[in-house]
Amino acid sequence: MRLEYFQMIDSVVAFDAAAGTIHAKANVPEASPVFEGHFPGYPIMPGVLLIETMAQASGFLILGMNGLTRMPFFMGVQKAKFRKFVGPGTVLDVHARIEHDGSGFTVTKARIEHDGPVCDAELTLRIMDFPAEELRTSLLERAATMGLSQAIATSAGEAT
Amino acid sequence: MSSTFDIVADVISETSEIPREKITPEMHAIDDLGIDSLDFLDIVFALDKKFGIKIPLEQWTQEVNAGKASVEEYFVLKNLCAHIDELIAKKNA
Repeated sequence: MRLEYFQMIDSVVAFDAAAGTIHAKANVPEASPVFEGHFPGYPIMPGVLLIETMAQASGFLILGMNGLTRMPFFMGVQKAKFRKFVGPGTVLDVHARIEHDGSGFTVTKARIEHDGPVCDAELTLRIMDFPAEELRTSLLERAATMGLSQAIATSAGEAT
Repeated sequence: MSSTFDIVADVISETSEIPREKITPEMHAIDDLGIDSLDFLDIVFALDKKFGIKIPLEQWTQEVNAGKASVEEYFVLKNLCAHIDELIAKKNA
């Protein structure tokens, strides 16, 4: 997790196109300026960053479903619940699944776990053509380094 | 059409907090009811789920942007309901 770059997801553990699910890992850093302010003497991950983590897992799920051809943008969150504090150095399991595949938008249900439930939410993402080539290239590179590309290929192989 | 309209009006009322009694079939979702694109997506999500269909919002938007269809064709509620009825009929065919 590179908090200051808003890169929340470190690796994809599993992706299942048929089930419309993804399991990813997000490693909370031991130190970050975020923790210096939130909070002094009691560092915990801000809830909005946990929502962002679920949104990014949902985004990578959608990218996996569409074969990295169209870009999901986070546009709505509902029913977000935070059940446990997350401190520096925590390894998070992030799960997302497709709740509804609409026309130009997708709704997901996502949750984060670490020794039990951490948080969960329902997220809406708008699906658009890539607005910039640099973004598309960068995401393809990230998909490869975090294991999404391989997971897509594995899922496709299992489906045949 | 009446039952489809009733469901659509109920969904709009619940999603956009517009009093149900103010919603009529002749109304334009954007111009008359002031529903924005984000709220409209929530409405489409709810209608997709309720009717078990996939409202082709992207296709409709492209048709309107290309001048092939008027905004009223899809956003006046009685027309929206007619299109939903067509999608339901296709699903059941």
